[in-house]
Amino acid sequence: MSAVFSETGRAEFDRLLTRYPDRKSVILPALHLAQKEFGYVSDEAIVYIAGLVGTSPAEIEGVATFYTMYNRKPVGKYHVQICRNISCSLLGAEHLIEHVSKKLGVRPGETTPDGKFTLATVECLGSCGTAPVMQVNDEYHENLTVESIDRILDRLP
Amino acid sequence: MEKVLTTHFANERYRRLDTYRQYGGYEALKKAFAMTPEAIIDEVKKANLRGRGGAGFPAGVKWGFLPKDLSHPRVLVINADEGEPGTFKDRLIMSRGPHLLLEGIAISCFALRAHACWIYIRGEFVREAGVVDEAVAEAYAAGFLGKNILGSGFDLDVTVHRGAGAYICGEETSLINSLEGKRGWPRLKPPFPASVGAFGLPTIVNNVETIADIPWIVTHGGETFAGLGVEKNGGTRLIGVSGAVNRPGVYELSAGVNLKEVIYHHAGGIRDGKELKAVIPGGSSTPVLRPDEIDVSFDIESMAKIGTMAGSGGVIVIPEGACMVRALSVLMNFYAHESCGQCTPCREGTGWLKKIVGRIEAGKGRQGDIELILDLCDNMMGRTICPLADAAVMPAQSFIWKFREEFDRHIGEQKCPYGNRF
Repeated sequence: MSAVFSETGRAEFDRLLTRYPDRKSVILPALHLAQKEFGYVSDEAIVYIAGLVGTSPAEIEGVATFYTMYNRKPVGKYHVQICRNISCSLLGAEHLIEHVSKKLGVRPGETTPDGKFTLATVECLGSCGTAPVMQVNDEYHENLTVESIDRILDRLP
Repeated sequence: MEKVLTTHFANERYRRLDTYRQYGGYEALKKAFAMTPEAIIDEVKKANLRGRGGAGFPAGVKWGFLPKDLSHPRVLVINADEGEPGTFKDRLIMSRGPHLLLEGIAISCFALRAHACWIYIRGEFVREAGVVDEAVAEAYAAGFLGKNILGSGFDLDVTVHRGAGAYICGEETSLINSLEGKRGWPRLKPPFPASVGAFGLPTIVNNVETIADIPWIVTHGGETFAGLGVEKNGGTRLIGVSGAVNRPGVYELSAGVNLKEVIYHHAGGIRDGKELKAVIPGGSSTPVLRPDEIDVSFDIESMAKIGTMAGSGGVIVIPEGACMVRALSVLMNFYAHESCGQCTPCREGTGWLKKIVGRIEAGKGRQGDIELILDLCDNMMGRTICPLADAAVMPAQSFIWKFREEFDRHIGEQKCPYGNRF
């Protein structure tokens, strides 16, 4: 698979370059862009960004693997990330993780065979006042219960 | 009580420029342009504004660390990498009052003679980054950002930069590294960012809430702001209460509010009619308190006197019946996961703490494990480039000091008395 930004992606990348005094500063935004365009940060995307930024693929790889939000392998259509930190745990997040794990038939870190869901546990989504919380792709879902989590996941096309 | 930030937050349209201006938005910026940068910094000093990110350093004093020499450009970086478990207040400002932050940025940059600002927002806050981005575009279009702002001759560029999932990037030097496109590894200090920071330039890094307070300070004067709080701690604070309370949420209260009042009055007391077991007062890294310790003013000095911290204002409430070893295990998991790996005492130490606390909770604790934890803590505290190791040590030590019998019981009975659950 080749990894080249779309026309709008490339325009966004060029706009980013004007916002920083140093070309390397666009590495994080460029990796976000790559993930948005290609679904995950592939090896090809790493080489491509290295070329655009003017550095080595090893450096891009080192940055990409430092941060948890860059997926180095494909994830499902819906990335279901359930927070398991203290405020969410106190209000039952562990129980929700077990429930969703059983419901989808996968353990945290795995993707359903149909490629629809990837389940993950994450450390603190910064939404402690509305715990328990999960993030599905870019959306937060708050004050979760077993019923509401079922409703949310069942409605996803 | 007078509110500084949240008065209009219930209004969904307050995030939009036109509504913000209806409530007097950007008038403080006009007033600031009629002042000298020195006069603005003086007001911030008089305000006794302490940094709201966790460390509580006086903001005006920090600003004074920039070199007098103006031959290098200087920059402002906003720390919006809200990641301390229990803390969720900056998210509220970004989503409900982004122009408060932008007006604060414009005034602060004018005072600091900085012409560029980056807002570093944690990666997970996709929606908030979008709201702030829209507000930035509105502010540019209306002439509150960009070239020759309001005809003052002052230019300022503001850019929203998203992180990508790394708690360590809330530490100011690792945030700077991350902004520069690197791994978010903390830097040795000195040099301090005020001399050599982002892109090698003199840099001030301030928290979102700190900067959002600035317009009110300029409008009403530093002394009035100081008067809202207590001695040495001016103004109000956004206090986020989570865990087992009836009304979790963010409350804007005096910097000197009583902690017990926060929990029982504002947050409605403990859920399900239970008793209180413990309180983590200022975000997950701050030492835990027992119920008999919470009748205390939430200001920085009073909290330090009882051996804990007001931190980032994230109050986590633990109810009776919850297992303290399990709670500590959740926290140790977090710090082991988030250690950047640069310093050995932290990389190895957080991993050990996670393992040992985890095995005690699982009913496999050994005699001597508690002493081993305390010994590890001594070998981690203050021995690393950044305070992440300390952030893991403080809960570990305080949980053991204050709830020792639960650890002993786990080891003695070789099981969790609470059934490995909350």
